[in-house]
Amino acid sequence: MEKRPTAITANELQKSYKKVHVLRDVSFIVEKGTIFALLGANGSGKTTTINILTTLLDADRGTATVNGFDVATQAGEVRNHISLTGQFAAVDDVLTARENLVLIGELRHIKNPAGTAEALLKQFALADAADLRSATFSGGMRRRLDIAMSLIGDPSVIFFDEPTTGLDPQSRNMMWETIRALAKGGTTVFLTTQYLEEADQLADRIAILNQGRIAVEGTPQDLKKLLPNGKIELRFHSQKQLDDAARLLEKYSPLRDDDVRSLTIETDGTLAQVARLFSQIQAANIETTEFSQKLPTLDDVFLKIINENEENT
Amino acid sequence: MHAFRDTLVMAKRSLRHTIRSLDTIITVAITPIALMLLFVYVFGGSFGASSGSVKYIDFITPGIVILCVVSGIAYAALRLNNDMTKGIINRFRTMPVASSSILGGHALSSVLSNLFSVVLVMIVAFLVGFRSDAGITAWLIFTGILVLFTLATTWLAIVFGLLAKSAEGAGAFSYILILLLFISSAFTPTDKMNPVLRAFADHQPMTPIVETMRSLLINGSAGESAWLAVAWCAGLLVASYLLALRIYKNKKGYSVN
Repeated sequence: MEKRPTAITANELQKSYKKVHVLRDVSFIVEKGTIFALLGANGSGKTTTINILTTLLDADRGTATVNGFDVATQAGEVRNHISLTGQFAAVDDVLTARENLVLIGELRHIKNPAGTAEALLKQFALADAADLRSATFSGGMRRRLDIAMSLIGDPSVIFFDEPTTGLDPQSRNMMWETIRALAKGGTTVFLTTQYLEEADQLADRIAILNQGRIAVEGTPQDLKKLLPNGKIELRFHSQKQLDDAARLLEKYSPLRDDDVRSLTIETDGTLAQVARLFSQIQAANIETTEFSQKLPTLDDVFLKIINENEENT
Repeated sequence: MHAFRDTLVMAKRSLRHTIRSLDTIITVAITPIALMLLFVYVFGGSFGASSGSVKYIDFITPGIVILCVVSGIAYAALRLNNDMTKGIINRFRTMPVASSSILGGHALSSVLSNLFSVVLVMIVAFLVGFRSDAGITAWLIFTGILVLFTLATTWLAIVFGLLAKSAEGAGAFSYILILLLFISSAFTPTDKMNPVLRAFADHQPMTPIVETMRSLLINGSAGESAWLAVAWCAGLLVASYLLALRIYKNKKGYSVN
């Protein structure tokens, strides 16, 4: 693969608050024009990492650069190249949508703040609410205004801290589209998320942050190889049918739960295997009341990675 | 030049906040006006005897004006504190905008809105009998000292706005200034106070500031306390400005963690 120039580097970042080590060792490289997802649970250090990269916070140890500028010693230069969309919409509630956009345009010293504001209001479906105070906006509208404000001045690196947390599915899809469009246009996108699916949908590369360390980093394909297999849960009417099914599917070594009369079977995720399973059950005249597919969760991935780390040491 | 332009942009934002809560400006003007009426019509007789040949309303007007400013600047602390405890501050901090512009915008809009409140207070003072023979120059110097005082105390307000943990706490410091004002020669000459209080009143900043403003309005000249008044204001301004910038830079980004 062709090597692209670097947009962001983090090199052995460490950060503690009092005696709590939030970041123990965080290193990664983000190439220009790509989407990089930092995936982790609450409290794993995602926001701390993003605060260091966006010059809001100094690291205790380690260095980081954005477009070649050191975030600690050249913060002013870094701020010329970035924008941050935080977890909470950073809009001024007292101002209208238009005034918010013009304010940022003026502070970014762009040529035509009013014209840019007008275009963004249209692009983000805020034209009808342009002259209403943003305090009256719904969550989705505030978020859209927030992003529109982040795009002013065409920053080459945009940081999103949990961009879809708390959004309805429609707003989430719009956010995803915006992020994809940004990367297509050459902008580097750094985002944090706690959703495996989101990282998989958007990112060119994913790093999983666990207890202040990058547990694993790679493309979504790389990471999927690490994923535990999916599971299928089957439920039955009667105890007898459960017994029959358990015998029939013995070779899959199902996990049996007599309380709810269910069998849970690990699958390799292929349709062929699932189809074979069902045809066997049908052929034996066993009736299932319910079946559900269990996708691997972030917890499963963590458990697997942690287990593997332990096995390797 | 960017820093200056940015300060104006931030001041415009802060003025919009002020104008959209016009009741705050009115509130700021109403308390001093009410006190002025109280002093003149209720206590006027007994206090008035002590102001000598000067009409009591003329005697207290500078003090009332200062009272208006020290209660008004609390809103600068409040607005800044509001910014600091919301996500918007992280947007400003990650943009190429100087800290002095972010804070300076609040300072500039505070000076303007306080001058507006002062004008309201002066109008009522005229209505209840305040008169001044001061010429243009004296009025200009009066305004200059008033602006310097407002700017200095606004930066002090900004320091407290940055330090306060909540919006409620941010404005509380102005009571200290109000107390200082009452233990000065603003409403009664210090020679009627007990010796300890008098020693304090004669050597704290409010006394020379009030006396200079009073001298300008009554005699048309700044008087002997003028340099002391300017020195106190300039000192407070420089110290508060530097302290505010330092606190702001050391403050970490707003975060839920």
